[in-house]
Amino acid sequence: MKIHIKNGRLIDPKNRIDAQQDLFISAGKVTAIGNAPAGFVADKIIDATGLVVMPGLIDLAARLREPGYEYKATLESEMDAAATGGITTLACPPDTDPPLDEPGLVEMLKHRARVLNQAHVYPVGALTYGLKGVELTEMAELADAGCVAFSQADAPLTDTRVLMRAMQYASTFGFSVWLRPQDNFLAKNGVAHDGEVATRLGLPAIPVCAEAIALTTMLQLARETGVRLHICRISSESGISLVRAAKQHGMSVTCDVSANHVHLSEMDIGFFDANCHLVPPLRSLRDRAVLRAALLDGTIDAICSDHSPVDEDAKQLPFAEAEPGATGLELLLPLVLKWAGQDKFALADALARVTLRPAQIMGLDAGHLSVGAAADVCVFDPEAWWKIEPAALKSQGKNTPFTGLELQGKVRYTLVDGKVVYQT
Amino acid sequence: MNNPQLNKHGELQHLLSTEGLPVSILRDILDRTASFVNVAAGSEIKKVPLLHGKSVFNLFFENSTRTRTTFEIAAKRLSADVVNLNIGSSSSSKGETLLDTVDNLCAMHADMFVVRHSQSGAAHLIARHVAPRIHVINAGDGRHAHPTQALLDMFTIRHYKKEFHNLRVVIVGDILHSRVARSQIHALTTLGVPEVRVIAPRTLLPACVERLGVHVYHDMLQGLREVDVVMMLRLQNERMQGALLPSAQEYFKYYGLTQEKLALAKADAIVMHPGPMNRGVEIDSSVADGTHSVILPQVTFGIAVRMAAMSMLAGK
Repeated sequence: MKIHIKNGRLIDPKNRIDAQQDLFISAGKVTAIGNAPAGFVADKIIDATGLVVMPGLIDLAARLREPGYEYKATLESEMDAAATGGITTLACPPDTDPPLDEPGLVEMLKHRARVLNQAHVYPVGALTYGLKGVELTEMAELADAGCVAFSQADAPLTDTRVLMRAMQYASTFGFSVWLRPQDNFLAKNGVAHDGEVATRLGLPAIPVCAEAIALTTMLQLARETGVRLHICRISSESGISLVRAAKQHGMSVTCDVSANHVHLSEMDIGFFDANCHLVPPLRSLRDRAVLRAALLDGTIDAICSDHSPVDEDAKQLPFAEAEPGATGLELLLPLVLKWAGQDKFALADALARVTLRPAQIMGLDAGHLSVGAAADVCVFDPEAWWKIEPAALKSQGKNTPFTGLELQGKVRYTLVDGKVVYQT
Repeated sequence: MNNPQLNKHGELQHLLSTEGLPVSILRDILDRTASFVNVAAGSEIKKVPLLHGKSVFNLFFENSTRTRTTFEIAAKRLSADVVNLNIGSSSSSKGETLLDTVDNLCAMHADMFVVRHSQSGAAHLIARHVAPRIHVINAGDGRHAHPTQALLDMFTIRHYKKEFHNLRVVIVGDILHSRVARSQIHALTTLGVPEVRVIAPRTLLPACVERLGVHVYHDMLQGLREVDVVMMLRLQNERMQGALLPSAQEYFKYYGLTQEKLALAKADAIVMHPGPMNRGVEIDSSVADGTHSVILPQVTFGIAVRMAAMSMLAGK
């Protein structure tokens, strides 16, 4: 299948392209940019006039809920949502049931995803068995089965000796460790940022130092062990200071933020909106401003959807009892566009945060449109407005704090390995 | 964000919190309370027919004899039919969710729910869920709000002090876990009290509490000075666990209200407590039963204020 995407504004952060260029695809790969290769006869021509053509989005955190939580979402529904959102590669955290701690589970997930023939799915393996924080998993076997990194997801790992050994072991094989920093004791029972809103609403709170303390420990251990550390879902100003300092000291540490935290703060909880019950908690407006500044200066490398579909019943509960999480796959691109527009950030640099940079964090040669690269492409209309209506979302999770909001940027085509997996 | 307590005409639809209520509504409730005090006291007129034919469901997911009883008496004095449901944990252990329970009761033609729940925001959740003809009164949700308690406290203050604009009021105790304190603070600041203080050790104060418009004290001897009203809070025994406090004895020594400490307040200061009291923990018996105490009148006014709130919600 030969595809010619013509007249689009091609943006490829890696190759520093942001210009009207045609894209030529054959046999699942990018074969040329600009002029057609000799003898190229397109089977399909996509007219991208007025549209942006970019590498498919890469999402560092998308919970597909399989295995174990099929009542919340299935691979079918969520892969469909990913394609609709222009996402062509995603990493899924190990907090399934059972957790992704055995090669067989990873192989099955990869197989199930491959059959669906949509986005590339890369499982993140459990760092410890059952995510219990006690015994190491067979990381090398898990990597052979397809894991790209190892993580505790949101499960605590309080034993610093286990954490140190897990990092040592992972670094032996050159695996990276992805961790979300949160001190388990300080965060106990907490459901909201320890600030004015939690005080007003009487919600059990999580202090900012819960992030800073855990992060300090992780950074010290990473320095000691030399492991490649990726910090997931950073949320606070003091967390950013620590990551920035570590980077300035030349540590190999990267960091991501969820699109929710780029746009929302504790204020959005309003009168107990359970859709704003997220992990980590939405923090203060000042924290949000610092997160945005850290995106501009590169302290934060990537933006992820932190896609966590939750079934409706689990949100129809008092705030603290409601299950945390929000659906995100279909909102990632428009939320990134909104942020880039608000902060007047160059579009190509903004899109690098959801393409090239996350690919590098995952250790993949992806997220770019170099000749010879896999033709994972997203074509979107940057002008089109659409209203977020839960019923219209493909994801089985309808829960989002952005319900009713109008966002700009609508995906028109998604291609994975040169095959159109979504078009509208 | 619309205020979930008001309808589109700005009238009281639900009573969920004292926060965000216009001062006119607060004053209206207090004025109505005054007119119900005689009925509530059961002197000459025992009942008024304002809620005749209406069904009030007391929906208590958390045990409470005192509050439930005052709501029950209030509803009966308004001639409503009252159904008491002590749900505790039984219904949720059967797998029925909070909103399922509410739906079932709506199907039984409830007109008003009085809700107590251990989770902050439970009353808001129910209020958002029910049909517009149904009214919800929050009788205490987690640490968030207990508006009728705060309103009866406001009525008590007005009864004894006449005005709000010249008062110095202090709230003493476990602010962190107290829905009563939060509701009192919002009511006091809305009614125009110029100086609201809180006194507590730092483990019992929530973050940024000063943003609620209060002055923070850690030393009772400082915080009680020249105050007109002392509002004590109950200290739950479980606060000794979780490293919040070392012992009830030490707490009483530094934060318990004694005659000696009360002498620092104005000579005509009144002492209040939402009950039930822990004598010898947050308050000395001689103060609780002393001349400054208005703790029993508070209970009496509690019925009248609940009658006022219910009749106002019913549009009567």
